[in-house]
Amino acid sequence: MGYQLSRKTADEVFGKLKERYDIFAPKLFQGEGCFSDTDIIRYGKIDSLDEIEYERRSDYSFKEALIAINETLFYFTEDETTVPSCTDKKLLIFLRSCDLHALKRLDAIYLENGPEDFYYKRLREKASFVLMGCSQTCDTGFCVSMGANQTDQYDLYLKLDGDFVLVDCKSEELAGYFQHLETEDCAVTADYVTENKENVTLPKNLSVDSFQNPIWESYGSRCIGCGRCNFVCPTCTCFTMQDIHYRDNSNVGERRRVWASCQVDGYTDIAGGNSFRKTQGERMRFKVMHKIYDFEKRFGYPMCIGCGRCDAVCPEYISYANLISQLAKEEA
Amino acid sequence: MGLDINTKKAKKNAFRISKERGIGASRIRVPGGYLKAEILGMVQEIAEKYGNGIVHLTTRQGFEIEGIHLEDMDAINEMLQPIIELLDINQQDEGTGYPASGTRNITACIGNNVCPFANYNTASFAKRVEKEIFPNDLHFKVAFTGCPNDCGKVRLHDFGIIGMTMPQYDPSRCVNCQACVKGCKSLSVNALRVENYKIVRDEEKCIGCGVCITKCPTRAFTRSKQKYYKLTLMGRTGKKNPRLGEDFLIWADEDSIVKIILNTYRFVKEYIDPKAPGGKEHIGYIIDRVGFEEFKKWALEGVELLPETKMKECVYWNGIHFDR
Ligand code: HEM
Ligand code: SF4
Ligand code: SF4
Ligand code: SF4
Ligand code: SF4
Ligand code: SF4
Repeated sequence: MGYQLSRKTADEVFGKLKERYDIFAPKLFQGEGCFSDTDIIRYGKIDSLDEIEYERRSDYSFKEALIAINETLFYFTEDETTVPSCTDKKLLIFLRSCDLHALKRLDAIYLENGPEDFYYKRLREKASFVLMGCSQTCDTGFCVSMGANQTDQYDLYLKLDGDFVLVDCKSEELAGYFQHLETEDCAVTADYVTENKENVTLPKNLSVDSFQNPIWESYGSRCIGCGRCNFVCPTCTCFTMQDIHYRDNSNVGERRRVWASCQVDGYTDIAGGNSFRKTQGERMRFKVMHKIYDFEKRFGYPMCIGCGRCDAVCPEYISYANLISQLAKEEA
Repeated sequence: MGLDINTKKAKKNAFRISKERGIGASRIRVPGGYLKAEILGMVQEIAEKYGNGIVHLTTRQGFEIEGIHLEDMDAINEMLQPIIELLDINQQDEGTGYPASGTRNITACIGNNVCPFANYNTASFAKRVEKEIFPNDLHFKVAFTGCPNDCGKVRLHDFGIIGMTMPQYDPSRCVNCQACVKGCKSLSVNALRVENYKIVRDEEKCIGCGVCITKCPTRAFTRSKQKYYKLTLMGRTGKKNPRLGEDFLIWADEDSIVKIILNTYRFVKEYIDPKAPGGKEHIGYIIDRVGFEEFKKWALEGVELLPETKMKECVYWNGIHFDR
């Protein structure tokens, strides 16, 4: 159902929503970029619509609202473990079309790939999603190529339009917040882009033979293994485990799971000291194959949704989009 | 008729008297070494009209237009006016050129306008101090550098200002990739270590360079909102006792540094040797003569340091002594 609200009414609705929901949205963190006097856009809890960075794509994705960077799985004492409780509140997450397509990938990994993940599931069930449309393309994204430019899988669509706010509500849970309002019902369709600056064709014949391609070493030799491409990616789900023994009493502690990156040293280290992918070239191959080959073999669609965040963040100017286009070109 | 020129006045007016009779050079200071490109065209015009077509890029970030005839100084001053205005140089009388030459041009490395290591905008801080202290005949050298790499070589100056940032660590964003630890070890002072998968910063050792922050891929390390500076004192080159400036304040703020520089002008006016040749005595030698305690008393007057600022109670210099 579509509505046009005044900004004032929308702010009141927002205030009501806040009572039941923790609301997460992309925010500008001033001065928190890598370099002096540079900013960063990442997710944070918001208290008003004003805090949302609506124009530019976030540097880091929404995934940290669902998968904490550090998540305590349980606390242990000598003979007991305790699982931390989950927030009482529900979650409302603002995101873009490509991100909603990424959500499907997160669900696939955490809920449809063997046993369901307890921690992901308990938060996921509390979450509703607010689509922020895209009135123009971001710089590095190629969502159109990946078919992630459009979606109807949102609970709420919300567009800030000067003194007005346009809303399309698909969820029954949220409909209550709008139905009683004296608003004008109107048809609202979500903004989406039909063209990007970046167009990517996926290679269709990747196989183990692709391991021999010199392209991996050529990109790998430029990569510093910092992991930024994975940490900003809305579809990367890897984590590692840490057992922390408290310093005052080493019999007591907690087990955490923490984001991991297949590009960073240590990712393939195993007990006994062996390590499987030692060079950045091998790691690059693994990442790219995971994004556009391995995952698809299992789930039927590629993992990457073309948000372009990895290209935008790479300090070595490695363009993953260009890399895959080159692979496709070599096949043709 | 012989040339009749007041060389003292000419020198104060930023002209050089060269070794060739009747020929001088016009010196154009560029505070912070940061200028609009259109000034280059103006410099070229003067060099081609009044000079010999050669311009020297000076060691203190200025231009020296070579081969000018000393009798053209007034005409050159007229042509310098738009440059002086674009550079926002303090001036009493329009069209009279650069008003003083004792306090040397304030230099700066490129800073955070461009450099990924820099911790602040060196050119704007340089310009702030420029507005406070010029024109001035006392011999002061002030220089700014963006980070402890000290590309600006500020330790060779009376006042060296080195950009610092206080790393802010959010353990909940840290993935223990150790990029910060490796960065601090290889590029800086090895002040970070891992304890229970989290990062511990040795606050005594950390020099606030910010390398850890630029390396961190998750924004677990970020810069402090407050910008911090290290103030080094009384470095110098020269004939008697060249030496590197020594740390005085660490984790200091911008306002305190400005006040200390201004206070030092008052100190010098009080204590400068009235018989010094050309009315010039370097501050460093005045402090050597009067004692650091006395200098400190004057320098800190009305200065309110931040609680986190560390001050060296006493400063000792070394360097090479050719005068003993
Ligand atoms: C031929 C025999 C073995 C092979 C090929 C093998 C292979 C592997 C591989 C590939 C992994 C990494 C899995 C991953 O990270 O996804 C792994 C991990 C591990 N393996 Fe084995 N393994 C063998 C025998 C053993 C044995 C006999 C033990 C115990 C006695 C063992 C204990 C472990 C443990 C504890 C890990 C997890 C290490 C870590 O994550 O740091 N493995 N093994
Ligand atoms: S691989 Fe890059 S473009 Fe694809 S989803 Fe991840 S960050 Fe976005
Ligand atoms: S293996 Fe690499 S590319 Fe794949 S999900 Fe994990 S971090 Fe991302
Ligand atoms: S962001 Fe760039 S340099 Fe860093 S790991 Fe990814 S590809 Fe390599
Ligand atoms: S700011 Fe401190 S901890 Fe960080 S790299 Fe520099 S010296 Fe090391
Ligand atoms: S670089 Fe950042 S994420 Fe990596 S260990 Fe250091 S603080 Fe943690």
